[in-house]
Order: sequence, then C-alpha cells, then structure tokens
Amino acid sequence: MMSPATATELGIADGELVELEAGGRSVELPVCLLPGQARHSLAVALGYGRTAAGQVGNGVGVDVYPLRTLAAPHILRGVSVRGTGRSHALATTQDHFAIDTIGFAERNARAGTLVREATLDAYLADPHVIHAHDHHPPLISLWKDHEYEGEQWGMAVDLNTCIGCNACVVACQAENNIPVVGREQVLAQREMHWIRVDRYFRTDPGLTMGEVEDAAVVFQPMACVHCENAPCEQVCPVAATQHTRDGLNAMVYNRCVGTRYCSNNCPFKVRRFNFFNYHKELAETTMMQFNPEVTVRARGVMEKCTFCVQRIEAKRIAARNERRPLRDGEIVPACAQTCPTRAITFGDLNDEGSAVSRSREEPRSYATLAELNIRPRTHYLARLSNPADGGAPAHAEGHADDGAHGKESA
Amino acid sequence: MSTSTAADLSYLDNTGTDPAVRARLVVGDNDFHSITEKVCGIVEQPRTPPAWWVLFAISSSLTLVLFAMIGYLVTTGIGVWGLQVPVSWGYAIVNFVFWVGIGHAGTLISAILFLLRQRWRTSINRFAEGMTIFAVVCAGIFPGIHIGRVWLAYWLFPIPNQMLMWPNFRSPLLWDVFAVGTYATVSLLFWYMGMIPDLASLRDRAKTRIRYYAYGLLSLGWRSSNRHWHRFEFAYLLLASLATPLVLSVHSVVSFDFAVSIMPGWHTTIFPPYFVAGAIFSGFAMVVTLIIPTRKIFGLEEIITARHLENMAKIMLATGMMVGLAYSTEFFIAWYSGNRYEAFTFLNRAFGPYAWAYWTMVTCNVVVPQIFWSRRLRNNPAVLWVASILINVGMWFERFVIVVSSLSRDYLPTSWGYYRPTIIDVLTFVGSFGLFFTLFLLFVRFLPIIGMAEVKGVMPQAHLDRPGHRGHGDYHGDIAASEVV
Repeated sequence: MMSPATATELGIADGELVELEAGGRSVELPVCLLPGQARHSLAVALGYGRTAAGQVGNGVGVDVYPLRTLAAPHILRGVSVRGTGRSHALATTQDHFAIDTIGFAERNARAGTLVREATLDAYLADPHVIHAHDHHPPLISLWKDHEYEGEQWGMAVDLNTCIGCNACVVACQAENNIPVVGREQVLAQREMHWIRVDRYFRTDPGLTMGEVEDAAVVFQPMACVHCENAPCEQVCPVAATQHTRDGLNAMVYNRCVGTRYCSNNCPFKVRRFNFFNYHKELAETTMMQFNPEVTVRARGVMEKCTFCVQRIEAKRIAARNERRPLRDGEIVPACAQTCPTRAITFGDLNDEGSAVSRSREEPRSYATLAELNIRPRTHYLARLSNPADGGAPAHAEGHADDGAHGKESA
Repeated sequence: MSTSTAADLSYLDNTGTDPAVRARLVVGDNDFHSITEKVCGIVEQPRTPPAWWVLFAISSSLTLVLFAMIGYLVTTGIGVWGLQVPVSWGYAIVNFVFWVGIGHAGTLISAILFLLRQRWRTSINRFAEGMTIFAVVCAGIFPGIHIGRVWLAYWLFPIPNQMLMWPNFRSPLLWDVFAVGTYATVSLLFWYMGMIPDLASLRDRAKTRIRYYAYGLLSLGWRSSNRHWHRFEFAYLLLASLATPLVLSVHSVVSFDFAVSIMPGWHTTIFPPYFVAGAIFSGFAMVVTLIIPTRKIFGLEEIITARHLENMAKIMLATGMMVGLAYSTEFFIAWYSGNRYEAFTFLNRAFGPYAWAYWTMVTCNVVVPQIFWSRRLRNNPAVLWVASILINVGMWFERFVIVVSSLSRDYLPTSWGYYRPTIIDVLTFVGSFGLFFTLFLLFVRFLPIIGMAEVKGVMPQAHLDRPGHRGHGDYHGDIAASEVV
C-alpha cells in the first residue's frame, strides 16, 4: 500500500508491479494506492504466497518473508522501490479501476450528500444541519400508495456507530446462501454480496488524485433499501419483483426470467445477478452448509437483500401460534445480529414505539437519494464527529475516494 | 435497350435542378417489357453467379457463428458476455436497438412516402421493405437471447396460464414486445402483399415446374383482373395507413425502455422523436449501403437512378441534422435542469472513459452527413456509399453511448464500472450481420427486388396524362407533357 502522492513522486501507477529491495533481497508486489498511508512509507502484508494452504490459499499473493529479518522484524528501513512497468489486476469490490479526473471530482462532490456528516458543534447549533442541502421538487407519484394494515418493515443504520468492519457482509453471505464467485468474477464486477460497505475518502478540497496524501474514510453499509416507490418493481416485465403486504420489496425467483432491467433501474445498484450457475460444482458437504430456510438461486436469476424474510416469517409464525403480537426487536436480520456496534436497527414502522420508528424522529435521520422519490425503507443516521480542533469540514465538501483497497496480494 | 453508346452514360443522370422539367423516374429507353425483363431476369438467371455463391458462403458461415454463439450462451449463462452490475445491458440491447432502427426505412418508404405521394419511392420500396424485414429478424433475436432464462421468454407474452399470472403492463419491456411484434407483422404483410402481382409475373414466366408451383402458391391466384387490381390498391392504401403510425410508434416505444427508467442519461423526454429520427437516418444509410452495389451488379441504374440516391442522401442530411440537434439539446438540458447527476452523465459521455465512443458517434452522425450539402459529393455513388457505412457505424455507437455510458456511472460512485465486451459479444454481433446478409442474398436471388408493377405505373408509358385512365399505384394527378427530358 502506498499513498497516491508518494506514487506520483515515484512515477508508479495503481496496480503496477514494483520491486522492493532491502539488504540485497527483493520481492515483486503490485501497488495499491491508498490515501492515508504515510508519506514515503509502504505497508506490505505477511502471510501470502503460501505453498501448502490447499486449493484456496496456494499461490495467492506474494510471500514477503524474504525481506523480514530478525534485526528488523516489523519495520524495514532503506527499502528501494522500482516500478517494473508491468501491472497486476487487483480483485477488489471497491473501485475497480483507477479513476479519471472528472470521475474523481464528481465522486468527491457526491460523497457528502450520500454519506452525511456533521461536527458536533454544527449539530448542536442546528440539529437539522444534515438536511441543509435537501432541495428537490415536490415528490409526487403516478401510482397509488400501498396501504399497510399490519406491520411494515423498516431499517435504520447509524453511521455514528458503524465502524465499517464488514461483519454484516459476511453474516449476510452465510445466512442467505450467497455464492462466493472468486477472483475472475470479482474482476468482472460480478460479486454477489447483498450488503456491502461503500467507502469514500474525504480529502482536502482542490487536490487532484495524484496529490492526495492524507484522507479520512467515510463509509456506509448499503443493501437493498426496499423502496416504497421502487423503480425495480415498475420495470420488470414479468412482475418478478413485487411489494409484499408488509412493505418488503420481494424477489420472486421462480418468476424471474433475468432481463436485468431492475438492476439497471436501481439507483443503489444493490441487485445481484447469477451470471452463471454458481452452485454447479459443489461438494455434498459444501451443500450441507447452506441455510435450508433460504432458496439457492439458479442461473439467470436476479437476487438481492430480502430483509431476511425467512427470519421475519419464522417469528411471525411463532407469534401467531402463541396468539400474541410480534414484539419490537424480536426480528433481527443477520446483518443486525452480527453488527458488533449495533448500528443496524430493524422493526415495524407502523408501531410508533418501535426502535426503528423512534430513530426516524431523530434529526440525524435521512434517506440516501430520497430526492428521487423512491422513499427508501432504510434510513441512515448521519455521523457526528467531534474533532479536536472543532473545525473539520462539515458535510458536502471535500470528500474524496481514491485508490483501491485490495487485500489479496498486497 | 439504351440508345446511348456504352461510353456515353450521361443519360443516366437525372439529377437536374431545372424546376420546369420534371425528372424522369426511370431513365433510358425502357418500356414495360424491358422492365419486366430486367427485374425478372435477375431471378431467372439459369446459373447462379459465382459472386453470389462466394458472398452466400461468407454470410451463411457467419450465421452459423451466430447460432454457435447463441448455443454457447444458452448452455453456459449470460456471464459469457461482458456484462456486470452497473452495466447489465450491453451489446445485446445495443444491437437490438441498432437493428430495429435499420428496420425503419422500409416502412417509411413504403407507407409514409406512399401516403405523401412521393412517386420516386417505387423503385426502392420493395428493396427497403425486404431490408426492414431482415433487420427486424436480427433485432428480434437479441431481446430473446439476452434474458437470463431464455427458455422462459414466453412469459413476456400475455398468454393465459395456470398461474393466473399476467405480465407487468407497467414495464416498457412489455410495451416493446407489443410494438416490435406489431411492427414486424405489419411490415411482413405489407411487403408480401405488395409483391403479389410481381410474384404472379414470375409465375407466368416460369419455365420449370418447381418455379411454377412455388411462385404460383405465393401469388395467391393473382390473375391481374380489374377487380384484383381494385382490391389490391385499396388494401395497399389501408395497410399503408396502418403502417404509418407504426413507423413512429415502434421506435418511440423502444426509446421508452430508457426514457421511463430513472437513470440519468436515459430519463429524458426527448427520446421518442430523437430515436425515430435516428432510426430513419440509420435505415436510409443501410438502404444506400446495400442498394449501391446491387444496382451496379445487376445493371439497374436505369430504374434505381442517380436521383433516387440523391433523394436518399438529402433525407440522411435532414435526419442527421435532427440527431445532431438532439445531441446538443441533451447537453443543454443536462446543464439547464440543474440536476447534478444528469449534468455529470453528459460530461462523462464527452470526457469520461467512453469519450472515444462518444466522439466516434458525433463524427459519423453529425460531421459526415454535412458533405451531402455538396451536390457533387452526394451525387458520387462511391462517396455516398462510404458515408452511408460511416453513418451505420455512428448509429451503432449512438446506441452504445446511450446504453453503456449512462449505466456505467450512475448515482453511487462506489458502484461505477467499466464495461468491456467479450469475444462472444463481438462474434454474436458479427454473426447477426451474417444472418442479415444471408436473408438479403436469398431475397435478391429468389424474389423480385424491384416492384415492377409499381415502377411501370410511374413510367410515361402509363399515360397518366390521359383522362379517364388511372394508372395503378400512387397515381396522384396529371403529369405534364414536358416530363420527358
């Protein structure tokens, strides 16, 4: 890992293979540009390039032990870096390519409205500070609103407590039988995660990409937000994605023919398509790992976050059998269950006392891209920070996202 | 047939601008018989020309490539294409819109120009209609194969079923099914019906039993009686009136696939007229691309005259300017709307990773047609031919820019991507040209490529100036005696 400014200085491009040499020994590694890495320093990861790790681990990455000595087990000084001019494709689920100038500027400019933040001082002065930039025409719809007699589900994600650890991603993958597609498919941008952690960098305004050295990271867990006015539902020609009676935006796998129109029309791009039969060559034992409550999706079918509908139904049936209403907090989706900081709240929006309903009342509550009149059911609670100098930029300026963040071979 | 010597070909030039002289629609010393001989002669050649076999071998091989690619796709999955998550539609949809667009010229020439009494259409309408049908056949393949579970494609049709499930009538893809289906049906009927008198001519001239029965069956017992002609012309008029709104509707509905979505770069009200103008533009370009070599090879310059080519060049100039206007309007609105996503999409088109595609499109579609302002250049078949091919390239790129560049960078920057076609994508596209040319070559060999009966109706020998007699076809009044140049 190398900061973009250092890379510019050395004339090294993102993904370029470089030769690191120290004490007469050298290794060749691809560079991953990451703002925030200290100037003129590099970070390399131990533990790769294994030879006896089985099918999954063998030959992945580069073994950097040749550089490590007893004299300098952790920090190595006087390393020389030489670009080779060859490059290596790092398979990452963020930023699949080094970005051009106009894309860089736009990404920075947008991040502030997508992932909202404010300093504590600004928030105390005006609790609605994070809504200061909500300007849009009146939101009216062509269609009649859905009506809900029983529950209608909603989610809230507190960006204040989210630490971006990706545990929700793994939990969701395990719960919902999400296929692991491998390096080639990730390079082709076909990862299947139903929830992901979107990451943006906040840099000083006015810098070009190559000048960025230091940056703060902002992130936002992103899954299907179950729009009340869902663009995907309208465009599916076979009505394979539908609104349920309790407000979920449901995928009917059996009905899906795979036009992928829903994915195109999804502003969050959270829908995932089975480009191949990802479950074709699985051992019997692997199949036994699958969650029996969740359908394994076939080739040619779209899939996405269901708000863990299998868990909702299980609790609902149990409550009905016991002739009692569902209790708030009883239903916990896999992501919320796993979240170490309890950043994700799930519950009934028709119940005024539920935790998720109460979080809607907070001034920090906002919905990403709400100006499109899609009325997301997942709201975010803006992140508040209390920087020592009290004057870090408030939202909507100076966010930057840069470089890739590949763990595979770095 | 021609009175001129071989060296003197000036009689072929009917592109004069003297308003007092009405240009002849058929030049040379032709009468009804010579027209029949010329057009039927192409089909009746006892030996197929070797050049035809060479071209047919190439195009049918490419057709096989197309079917092989489809087979591989269906057995393996959509993943064999370069699609990914932000860009879920790629070559298949680009090719679909491209072919549907090409399929516009035929019906425009046959229906709209018929109703507008543009008599010059008679020499090229059969040809253009044929091309329309073949283009629509190619177009029809792509939406079918681009879906993830091809074997369930029939779910897009409103067929009553045991699930009591209707398709979603709110989806533009469903409107597409209806629009393209109707268009294909009406175009096919129109093409076939207009061909019946000419098929009967081929039947009457048949020297072999197979030909006699084949053309006899196709000509549906046509005996050229007055009553037949009366009904034929009335039915033709009705079909033309029916087909006219379809010319406008089909590509409008195709544009709804994009315009009804919420993606920046797709969600614009300008799309229906913009797409229709573009479709006519590309359709005429394809007619010109095909007709210039065909008239040369089969010696049809006296029927498909220089003036026909010039008229088509003028239409391409006009429609090319319309798409140019649409491109600039899009940019203006992107800025004027104050919508940051929309503004970025257009900035990104012109200066982002797909700028190469955007500027290819602008060069081919806006800059190239400007040469048609020059009389000398537009009347040079070689220049016209090259320009028409460039326009086809440009129109393909227009669809590529619309579909791919808009999707590649939408709302959330973390989900931006860059789409690259795979070899399978490219071969499928090339293969569709194989199918198109295969059908076209079969058409040239076995069917009358010029509407003989209609051409005869606009020749001086039809004596349209004599009161009391109505020539068939689009007769619309008396023709001045000074017509004969």
